[in-house]
Amino acid sequence: MSHPERRRRASRLALVAGALAASFLALPLVGLLWRTPWSGLGHSLGQPGVAGALRLSLVTSLSATAVAVALGVPLAWVLARADLPGRRVIRALALVPLVLPPVVGGVALLLALGRRGLVGQWLDQWLGIRLPFTTAGAVVAQAFVALPFVVLPAEGAFGSADRRFEDAARTLGAGGWTVFRRVTLPLAWPALAAGAVLAWARALGEFGATITFAGSAPGRTTTVPVEVYLGLESGRFEDAVVLSLVLVAVSVTVLLVRRDSWLGPLRA
Amino acid sequence: MTAGLVAELELSRGPLALAVHLAVAPGATVAVLGPNGAGKTTLLRALAGLVALDRGCVELDGAVLEQAPGGPWAPPEHRSVAMVFQDHALFPHLSALDNVAFGLRARGMGRRAARTRAAERLDRLGLADRADARPGQLSGGEAQRVALARALAVEPRLLLLDEPLAALDATTRLTTRRELARHLAGHGGARLLVTHDPLDAMALADHLVVLEAGRIVQEGSSAELAGRPRSAYVADLVGVNLFRGRADGDRVDVGGAGLVVSARASGDVLAVVHPRAVVLHRVRPDGSPRNVWRGPVEEIEPAGDRARVRVGGPRPMVAEVTAAAVADLGLVPGAEVWVAVKATEIDVYPA
Repeated sequence: MSHPERRRRASRLALVAGALAASFLALPLVGLLWRTPWSGLGHSLGQPGVAGALRLSLVTSLSATAVAVALGVPLAWVLARADLPGRRVIRALALVPLVLPPVVGGVALLLALGRRGLVGQWLDQWLGIRLPFTTAGAVVAQAFVALPFVVLPAEGAFGSADRRFEDAARTLGAGGWTVFRRVTLPLAWPALAAGAVLAWARALGEFGATITFAGSAPGRTTTVPVEVYLGLESGRFEDAVVLSLVLVAVSVTVLLVRRDSWLGPLRA
Repeated sequence: MTAGLVAELELSRGPLALAVHLAVAPGATVAVLGPNGAGKTTLLRALAGLVALDRGCVELDGAVLEQAPGGPWAPPEHRSVAMVFQDHALFPHLSALDNVAFGLRARGMGRRAARTRAAERLDRLGLADRADARPGQLSGGEAQRVALARALAVEPRLLLLDEPLAALDATTRLTTRRELARHLAGHGGARLLVTHDPLDAMALADHLVVLEAGRIVQEGSSAELAGRPRSAYVADLVGVNLFRGRADGDRVDVGGAGLVVSARASGDVLAVVHPRAVVLHRVRPDGSPRNVWRGPVEEIEPAGDRARVRVGGPRPMVAEVTAAAVADLGLVPGAEVWVAVKATEIDVYPA
């Protein structure tokens, strides 16, 4: 068998495998679209359970994103710039939620922040704060899984930033905080925005940690993914499909937005 | 109290060991010349407070900015030192106007007042119509002027310029150099300019300092440097032939070959020969020149209507001849040529 022929056969094989993979990825989406009750879409979205879950998910995912950004950006800065001994350990910790099964994350949160948890008992006793099975708990669970999506790109941006701009700002009279606020942060903005969008998408889709740590109280902790699960369990099939469609739409939009120019690097 | 900058600094970073003593009077410009890696930029960064000294003292208008080890240290933002960075380092996310206003805002001025002042400064540099442009939209010359405006806006007592013209093309460079000289004249503080271009240094500075491997090898006016260069780098910079050797009477031994000179000297000396004093011949010349030898043409570099011809051999010499002479003598790389230098054209001074 000659070389070109062998190569042609190999490429044909790869083509087939590729087509198989593509259909494997596309098929579930097609299935979802196929079973979507298009005519009853408006009606389904108006159902109290569905509308409530959407509202709750919007609130909790945005709050979780805010928490993840508020905690993740400073952490990323420390990882990128500070010269502290345990940096590698902290970086590994920041990655844990990425690889941890979400349900395990939920159990861990319960053990740490639950009413009898390591810290939770003190929160309850001293401050009267109870996180498990509350909306705040759902936010905590989502922020936990979303944090790495903020930290990773932000650390990259802070680490690779051109320090001359910060040096220039300092010689012009700007102190540390002014430099960070007016130079470092704006220049890292594309990476921070990308991270926040991904974190939000991750928070919105969060299921395992949420249902473990926050439960499924209607209107309080029944976010969209939880409602999808409950819908399937209790035979409200159409509601589940409609909500799934919403999550698919959000995911696709995030993918498209990620490619958009406003996330592109600022050119000097 | 001494006005202006007085600095005595020592610091080592990687392979570089910087040890420099410098003084710049208010209203004066000192140029630091040196090859890559000589420590020019590190020197500026140390004066700005971006790099700490290992040892030494930086004083500006009588105030001690830094004394090491163990003394006071003023952070960059508390020094009245502004810097024009190589490649400008304009903030890419801010307009030209906001770049210039940045220092004023950082020093506590209100937004509106800072922008008004910045607009005035841009106007003075002929950039009023570019105020809203982002740095990415500015031409090289414009960006250079905005960077200068940004540094001057805070009215620093010491202005540091790191290769301010290096990023410009040849034509822009000429006009920008002229403008830069004009704008620098309007600044009342001390100025320190780093460059590797002797033309920039001569056009912009009153006093030249040559830095090699972290140390000052020579300083003085451009005429002093051109007349009596003290290192091969300086000689190259000002475009003259320099030989290091031992003098004995009217002979100077330069690495095995001899040069006959008119003045008597002894010991270690430097001998300088201007390329225009080097005469090239196709056949051995008769008559007065005491120094005559044969060598291969190594390189011919046109310079306007003249050409610089490098002749190799034990006494490598650059001769500057007319373009016509290049043709008449049939000079091409590899050709053998006679070199003649009069003894009176060789200036000898102690090494």
